[in-house]
Amino acid sequence: MKPGWEAVIGLETHVELNTKSKMFCSCPADIPDEPNTACCPVCLALPGALPVPNEKAIEGIVKIGLALNCEINQSSLFYRKNYFYPDLPKNYQISQYTFPVCEHGSVPVDVGDESVTVGITRVHMEEDTGKSTHVGEGGGRIHDADHTLLDFNRAGVPLVEIVTEPDIRSPEEARAYGAELQRIVLALGVSDAKLETGSMRFDANVSVRRIGDETLGTRSETKNVNSLRSLQRAVAYEIERQIQVLESGGSIHQETRHWNEDSGETTSMRTKEESEDYRYFQDPDLLPLDVSPEWRNAIASTIPELPAVQRARYVASGVDAKTAELLADTAALSSLFEEAVEAGAPGRAVGIWLTGDVVGHVRRDDGDLDAISLTAAHLVELASMVDGGKLSSSAAKEVLLAAVEGEGSPSEIAAARDLIQVSDSGAIEAAVDAVLAENQDAVEKIMAGDAKPIGFLMGQVMREMGGKADPNVVRELLHAKTNP
Amino acid sequence: MTDLADLTIAEAGHGLRKGDFTSVDLLDAVDRRAAVTEAHLHAFLTMDHDGARAAAEAADAALAAGNDLGPLHGIPVALKDNMCTIGVDTTASSQILAGWKPPYDATVTARLKDAGAVIVGKTNLDEFAMGSSTENSAFGTTRNPWNTDTVPGGSSGGSAAAVAVGSAFGAFGSDTGGSIRQPAALTGTVGVKPTYGLVSRYGLIAFASSLDQIGPFARTVDDAAVLLEAVAGWDRRDATSINGPVPDLRGGLEEGVAGLRVGIVTELSGDGIDPQVLAATKGIADKLSDAGAEVIEVSVPASEFALSAYYLIAPAECSANLARFDGVRYGHRTTVEGTTEDMMSHSRAEGFGPEVIRRILLGTYALSAGYYDAFYGQAQKVRTLVRNDFAAAYERADVLISPTSPTTAFKVGERAADPIAMYYSDVCTVASNLSGDPAMSVPIGLDSGGLPIGFQVMAPALGEEMMFRVAAEVERLAGFEDRASLATSDVVVPS
Repeated sequence: MKPGWEAVIGLETHVELNTKSKMFCSCPADIPDEPNTACCPVCLALPGALPVPNEKAIEGIVKIGLALNCEINQSSLFYRKNYFYPDLPKNYQISQYTFPVCEHGSVPVDVGDESVTVGITRVHMEEDTGKSTHVGEGGGRIHDADHTLLDFNRAGVPLVEIVTEPDIRSPEEARAYGAELQRIVLALGVSDAKLETGSMRFDANVSVRRIGDETLGTRSETKNVNSLRSLQRAVAYEIERQIQVLESGGSIHQETRHWNEDSGETTSMRTKEESEDYRYFQDPDLLPLDVSPEWRNAIASTIPELPAVQRARYVASGVDAKTAELLADTAALSSLFEEAVEAGAPGRAVGIWLTGDVVGHVRRDDGDLDAISLTAAHLVELASMVDGGKLSSSAAKEVLLAAVEGEGSPSEIAAARDLIQVSDSGAIEAAVDAVLAENQDAVEKIMAGDAKPIGFLMGQVMREMGGKADPNVVRELLHAKTNP
Repeated sequence: MTDLADLTIAEAGHGLRKGDFTSVDLLDAVDRRAAVTEAHLHAFLTMDHDGARAAAEAADAALAAGNDLGPLHGIPVALKDNMCTIGVDTTASSQILAGWKPPYDATVTARLKDAGAVIVGKTNLDEFAMGSSTENSAFGTTRNPWNTDTVPGGSSGGSAAAVAVGSAFGAFGSDTGGSIRQPAALTGTVGVKPTYGLVSRYGLIAFASSLDQIGPFARTVDDAAVLLEAVAGWDRRDATSINGPVPDLRGGLEEGVAGLRVGIVTELSGDGIDPQVLAATKGIADKLSDAGAEVIEVSVPASEFALSAYYLIAPAECSANLARFDGVRYGHRTTVEGTTEDMMSHSRAEGFGPEVIRRILLGTYALSAGYYDAFYGQAQKVRTLVRNDFAAAYERADVLISPTSPTTAFKVGERAADPIAMYYSDVCTVASNLSGDPAMSVPIGLDSGGLPIGFQVMAPALGEEMMFRVAAEVERLAGFEDRASLATSDVVVPS
């Protein structure tokens, strides 16, 4: 960011819940490909149809609220948000306004080596719209489209909106918050939280001000951000754009902007003057939603370990923060890691093998981490072989990758590939004595105080042993025998 | 010999089980009645001849096989055309839904079918139930069978006229501000608006969701009880329906009013009420007193503001409820070419009638940023006051009474050009919709012009048993035996 400027960022995130049925009817919420096959009088807004709230969706939003340290309102209200759009069947969306299900939360987010806390203003329940496909000259936009195809399968799918305080200060923080929120939602199991399919989507509110200014700048809202990377890019673009406008004497308009992934730019969609008056009012078809303390506690008891706690646990078992994040973010690795460490394997070594060697190997072949043959028992055995001096560290990696490919257990592989180190000091001592006898000049140098020839002697012994001597044992013997 | 079409539901049920006649005979009787009267009344928008005949035949077969579905088994009834009937046109009397056949039954429709009732057809109403005369129908005005120069009231005027004339044994309407009780009063029938939530609204085309409630029209209080019991009770498809036992409405009908406290509502029994209506109401109040009730005057102060609050809340809700009629998925779509917005706005402008458009505009305005607090917000506060005042009144009285309508039936066209005068027709009825409490109208006599006068009995929420008990006594005390002139005319009754 340009020196002298500060960015103020708040994010609104929509998460589609993976409940069996939709928010207000019994149609499947798992959207079928064939258009308009998961619809009923309620989600098509036929005359006379009425909404009835889905309890499972309420459980989902309460889980999210609790995970984000929110207060859960015992009584919350559904509102109608009125606007006309062809893929909104009732031409109003059932949403929340005053008294959402969850309010006043916060979530700690790691950005590099720092940790920042992002305040959560509210988490509220609403329903998704249908999908419009604009066909014709407009290139998928409604303007200049010849006609529009409507699919109401998505209409009424439960949607949770999570709104942060304007606590985020950089594109990196925005991305880190987005990633952490995605991890939390995935850990809770309430959504598949895929940005590419839109089951999780971000809108970024961005403003800038000169450092020291008390008042906030005018903000823009950027939509159509569909990856964590584009979230970071879009926010960065908006910050730079706004600073440039202000520095050249212009002013920022409150408006909605559209992120264009290909051009890497945001463009104006509509200004505040064109924005709608949603005429919110409490939905008379729905009673206040009661979440009793008993229900809240029952839901709380189903919340699994959250990603931040999991990462802290991994760090305590010896891995660094980055490795802990990589492990925790990948279910296939975290289960191997946890089981191996539980069985006594050293966390640090197992963490490095998994996140470094195994991931690198599998990625190189475009493989699937879930399909590898490596087991936690393999990792435990491998660690104990290294610890016992039976494998060199390079041999251990070779064995590890062979185990990934399903060649057997580490001891089988090491034996088959003849990789077992000799740590029998008798055999090694004979080799050391032979080498020392042939290299008296080197021995004399060492005894005179020049340590350099030790490396040469090490190499000679290892060659004598066909590379399979435990280097630690060799080093110890050389030292003992050349000590004046 | 009595024409079968003039029997009460209780009498018809008795005869069916004795084998005096069949359900098909009952259907034939109301069909013959309709064949003569419809030309004068236009009570029905759709007669489902085939469906009704099949249902009547099925009812006869079931009864013959010993499968008795209860007191509505084989009885021909009518439904206001804002309740969904699978495969049968349901229009809410609007061009925007002309020809629309629902793919599902309203809960009320389904429960009537389950109870063995024979649904003869769909009755006329003010478009989307917005009106007090049935003149706002896109498909023609319904006339009052007592005097076809007058209106039957509204918005459920078609159902009221059908029951009054005998082209159905009973019928269902919806009451948002008086749309069952006022037409019942104007047609000499019994009409009930139950406690909000007692009858499922699923499948009722919404006008104002927090006020709408479905209820019956009948020729007697007992018949009304039978009809209401058949459809009342919790429905998982309506989140506002009450999960509790269905009241026993018929059990107390003979118990009388001795020892009950009956409150005449001061604000609904003075200025603005026709003197003949007022006199008849006071006359029944005196008879209730003679019958052993303690009749007192009770003030419900906020009821004076109820009409104003109602005409903000109902339009506000309707502005959102009617947004779904956009020409996209069903109903009328314009042929005007243009953008998506053009398509939606032209479809709506062409499909809705002037009163509907007036109320959508009113409601949109009342909810708009900058006006919400002064209009919708203020109206909600009045609604709370009305609730509180009624609650206080029911501490002093078991039931409240008043006229149902400030006047008897008025002439067709008389108030059509003056919305405010038309809105005033609901002055005695809207308060019960705002409070959510039950209320019903019972015919008590005729004015000097031979037009019926209705008497309103109101009760606290879920106080239907008490309300019906008092209504049954009012019915006995009034001794109202008259029938609509069209129902007794030479063209209807063969000599």
